[in-house]
Amino acid sequence: MNLETLTIREARRALDAKEYSALDLTNAYLERIAKKDREIHAYLEVWADSAREEAKAADAMIAQGKSMPLTGIPLAIKDNMLVEGRIVSAGSKILENYRASYDATVIKKLKDHRVVFLGRANMDEFAMGSSTENSAYGPTKNPLDLKRVPGGSSGGSAAAVAGNLALAALGSDTGGSIRQPAAHTGLVGLKPTYGAVSRSGLIAMGSSLDQIGPLAKTVDDARILYDAIRGYDEKDSTSLPDKVNDTIKTRPRVLGVPRAFLQKGVDADLLAVFEKTLESLKAKGYEIRDIDMPTLPYGLAVYYIIMPAEVSTNLARLDGIRYGLSVSANTIGDVYAKTRAQGFGPETRRRVLVGTFVLSSGYVDAYYRKARSVRSVIKNEFLRAFQNVDAVVLPTTPAPAFILGTKTSDPLAMYAEDIFAVPVNLAGVPAISVPSGEVVRDGVKLPVGFQIIGAWGREESLFTIGEDVERA
Amino acid sequence: MTDIQVDIEALAKLARLEVSPEERARLEKEIPNILEFVKTIQAVSAQEAGEQKDSSGLRNVMRADENPHESGIYTDTLLEAAPAREGNRVAVKQVISRSKKS
Repeated sequence: MNLETLTIREARRALDAKEYSALDLTNAYLERIAKKDREIHAYLEVWADSAREEAKAADAMIAQGKSMPLTGIPLAIKDNMLVEGRIVSAGSKILENYRASYDATVIKKLKDHRVVFLGRANMDEFAMGSSTENSAYGPTKNPLDLKRVPGGSSGGSAAAVAGNLALAALGSDTGGSIRQPAAHTGLVGLKPTYGAVSRSGLIAMGSSLDQIGPLAKTVDDARILYDAIRGYDEKDSTSLPDKVNDTIKTRPRVLGVPRAFLQKGVDADLLAVFEKTLESLKAKGYEIRDIDMPTLPYGLAVYYIIMPAEVSTNLARLDGIRYGLSVSANTIGDVYAKTRAQGFGPETRRRVLVGTFVLSSGYVDAYYRKARSVRSVIKNEFLRAFQNVDAVVLPTTPAPAFILGTKTSDPLAMYAEDIFAVPVNLAGVPAISVPSGEVVRDGVKLPVGFQIIGAWGREESLFTIGEDVERA
Repeated sequence: MTDIQVDIEALAKLARLEVSPEERARLEKEIPNILEFVKTIQAVSAQEAGEQKDSSGLRNVMRADENPHESGIYTDTLLEAAPAREGNRVAVKQVISRSKKS
């Protein structure tokens, strides 16, 4: 087996044909992790022993002829999804020794398939960041160029797959945290429709925005993983009912480009690569239509009000009383304040304070409530757009992967990474990033992500267009 | 540069977060800059935004308060995660205390 080119689809065929066993495949990944992960740092913890046991269980299932699409497939899991009995830290010191007391629904579903869990992948603390540099356990490097970040916050998941340290991975996306690292590492990343995948057992960041999704080498692999984790879950009251009509497969034909949004802030050569992808889609029979979505450029500002507001409330439960780090002090108030000061990193503390500000009496109308109404305007612009086009397309990021340390001292520069990603989460629509073309920085070829945004529940059309981009 | 001023100490108190003097000095610059940036949403027409007030369809969804699980079956698992335990309870510092001054 060649891990560099291996896909879930090909591994499934080879495992079922008994060309190699799930244990062979798992050992191949564990060996590579042992050799390579010291420099990449994709994993916070590798579960070698249990992975081998899971592989043997998968082999038994395959031997009985009962394999499922992901039986024996070695995956990396972002460190914010609960696996019973395992430490889950969300990249934070405050949960350094916290053990999950139950399985996240996505984990339970993957266990039914008998997947192999290789380990937990590094991430920005509580999924807040665009480079994985906010992890309390040190940054992850981009396997394509070790001087550069892999993106974030699911940077460990992306680096694991791009570095061939896992066949695919789960990430979570609150404002681009699957798509942006996928773009920076040359992978496919899917942010499903809000509510399509259960979030029971996902450590919450921004509850009106968060979704779990796959990072994989191909659109086909991303679809296989998405199909395994999706579906209604009574344990997540925001999960959507399984629809009857989501098997409708009208072929998408018209793609909308919000041109005005691309006028500034995008690297010229990256924009040229984007245009080239549009040309090749035109050659495949798509109609490319310019569309007007004038409020999209405000998405980033809206996001940086709503998200910190939700972060400050979600993280209020981390106070040193029920679980996680607890710093002793004389009064209960000091226990809270000192635990949170020691347990949270600088970016988390910053966002908790910004969130507290925008929700505080006297400011809540001008910031939080105003942001909610502009969010509605953005959502309506998507509604209108999808009356005329089958998908909206944009670059995933305004620039390729950047060099470690270049944005850590300027929060606003880091936030700008997500300008094209956040409107998707605000509207709750699905989007996929597919690698298409390259740009060169310091003599190194770096991948560019092409982002396809679909209407609510239309993941299927994203896969169709995504495969056309892959073949372009 | 911005004219927004933020009382970081008051904010930190609200957020139950201890902030060191050095960090406070840094945040006194950073947070106003962030707020200055996000304030740009004021430019979205009040009329259009006003009409759309909370039409996002997002609302809190609550589960009905019924069919509880058997009492006690998760007690040990959950208490194992607690920093301090007394019997079947999470132990905490005294919450209400008599002021020593006054």
